[in-house]
Amino acid sequence: MSEPEGRLQAPHRRVDQDAVKALARHWRAAGLAALVAVAAVFPLVAGGALNILFGTNTLIYVAAVSAWGLFSGYTGYISLGHAVFFGTGAYAVGLLALHQHLNGDVIFATLPLAGLAAAVVAVPFGLIALRARRHTFVVITIAVFFIFQLMAYNFSFTNGTAGVSSAFLNWDPATVNNPFYYAALIIAVATVALSWQIRGSAFGLQLLAIRDDEDRARGLGVRAMRVKLSAFVISGFVTGIVGGLWFYLIGQALPSTVFDPAFDLTVALMAFLGGFGTLAGPVLGALILEPAQQQLTLTFPNGYLSEILLGGLFLLVILFLPRGLIPSAREWLTAGQARLARRRAARQPPPGEAAAQQAAAASRGGAA
Amino acid sequence: MTALLRTEGVAKAFGGVQALAGCSIEVAEGSIAGLIGPNGSGKTTLFNVISGYERADSGRVWLRDTDITNAPPDRVFRHGIGRTFQLTRVFRRLTVMENMIVAAGHREILPNGSAPSHGGLRTLVARAGGPATRRRAMELLEFTGIAEHAGALAGTLSYGQRKLLELSYVLIADPAIVLLDEPAGGVNLTLIGVIADRIRDLNRAGTTFLIVEHNMDFVMGLCDRVTVIDNGTPVVTGPPELIRTDRRVLDAYLGTDDGDDGDDGDG
Repeated sequence: MSEPEGRLQAPHRRVDQDAVKALARHWRAAGLAALVAVAAVFPLVAGGALNILFGTNTLIYVAAVSAWGLFSGYTGYISLGHAVFFGTGAYAVGLLALHQHLNGDVIFATLPLAGLAAAVVAVPFGLIALRARRHTFVVITIAVFFIFQLMAYNFSFTNGTAGVSSAFLNWDPATVNNPFYYAALIIAVATVALSWQIRGSAFGLQLLAIRDDEDRARGLGVRAMRVKLSAFVISGFVTGIVGGLWFYLIGQALPSTVFDPAFDLTVALMAFLGGFGTLAGPVLGALILEPAQQQLTLTFPNGYLSEILLGGLFLLVILFLPRGLIPSAREWLTAGQARLARRRAARQPPPGEAAAQQAAAASRGGAA
Repeated sequence: MTALLRTEGVAKAFGGVQALAGCSIEVAEGSIAGLIGPNGSGKTTLFNVISGYERADSGRVWLRDTDITNAPPDRVFRHGIGRTFQLTRVFRRLTVMENMIVAAGHREILPNGSAPSHGGLRTLVARAGGPATRRRAMELLEFTGIAEHAGALAGTLSYGQRKLLELSYVLIADPAIVLLDEPAGGVNLTLIGVIADRIRDLNRAGTTFLIVEHNMDFVMGLCDRVTVIDNGTPVVTGPPELIRTDRRVLDAYLGTDDGDDGDDGDG
């Protein structure tokens, strides 16, 4: 794991760097606003319900991957069991819709219940799984996932392999996906905002400290179990809401579709591709991969090819881009800036200053 | 002198290896205590038991009148015992300032001087590191001499600078006692001097220290009292000048030469 070494290389240019940072902040805010604006008008220009469905699926993944990232990315505990929350959320509102014959806009009001059900599941799940670390943790999350899939298959109240279906929504077929699209957009934006808030909070800093060295963090007063369990539950809550929305969108929850191992792999892949542990990485990963996957499925209707390609991409990312697009790009950028600064310093040497800078650099190196 | 930190007959075995056996030590309030002994004598294990990283098989640990035996590390820290590690452990992918803020977390200093309740939703809503905390962190970083690196990732610091960062972030919680595990190990001479000076300054301001160290000059020059530990049991305790000449210390380090094998020096 290499660190971005460029960060320390040019402290004498701190003023410049602060200005660059401020500029970057503005650009980032502007980019974010533009992105949300584009997303907001997308259904008007998408031309057709199918494209809006693709957009909805993409936003669902933006939310799901961001929710995964605010736990797994920040703590370093890689969960491959988030489908438990997705499925629990889907079944929670599925059973409710089934028994209460819900129809119309009221379905969106039930989504917090999906989140709540998932959060309730997350507490014992986390209490067990979070006692283990690293690979053991990953294995436990997979095991819990399969337990939940088996339960969905075998319990009578989940209706076995037939699953649960929602009532037929008698909305205008041309715009039937629009409410789902905007619900997904709201959830996605809210999740990214939540992730941003956590990242800058004292709570988030404790998560990052746990990622770097959990035992050291405990020795500095961080209540590690409580902190990581909180993040796990928050993450599960959001994933449950996403699962609930997906249920209404598809109109059906089957053990094989809402407790789907491919969900966990897809979410993890998107996060790794975009940038593990970053705020924007999950968004970027979902925005790239989900449309690509949909396009692949359209182009190659036999479903296996797209899954094989997905698996292959996973391998490539892990092998060649283990830290993801955003951290890598950031590294290239700082390295490029440092190179540029060095070249500029070499080209126009005001004798005294250049010597002083070199001396400063040398002493910094020497202090190491 | 009252004992600030006290262990009573602490025992700890790893499988068949008895790392600590009936280990009782006392650290007086306001003192700088040293803990020396050959490799594998149980010094770090004792630190681990005190700071909650290892569970004692038997025996008790007291901080003043509070029984902190087998309390988890975060509680021990909240009680006022800070420790550093032999091999430095900083949060490599956080900045130096963020490292400080993590350690300040459980008693974040609010603008009005009060501290918020532990944990809870407040930590999620509040941005990390209020101005008062950052100010205090900068003071400490200036005190240890690494303030210019406040914005740098801790992973980019040199080994010695990481030692100073460890000392700094332990101090931000205003601990009653600081346990230092080989503060001078692997550090150049100039920095050793800096570290010793800082410890003296802090001690004058009221902080108690317990130091494990192999560098004898460092220990003898700094500590009020030194305890020699061998095979998990304290052999002798006394002022440095006494330790320097005690035969049992030489025995512990060099082995006995009069055929009296395995003398634990209980006299």
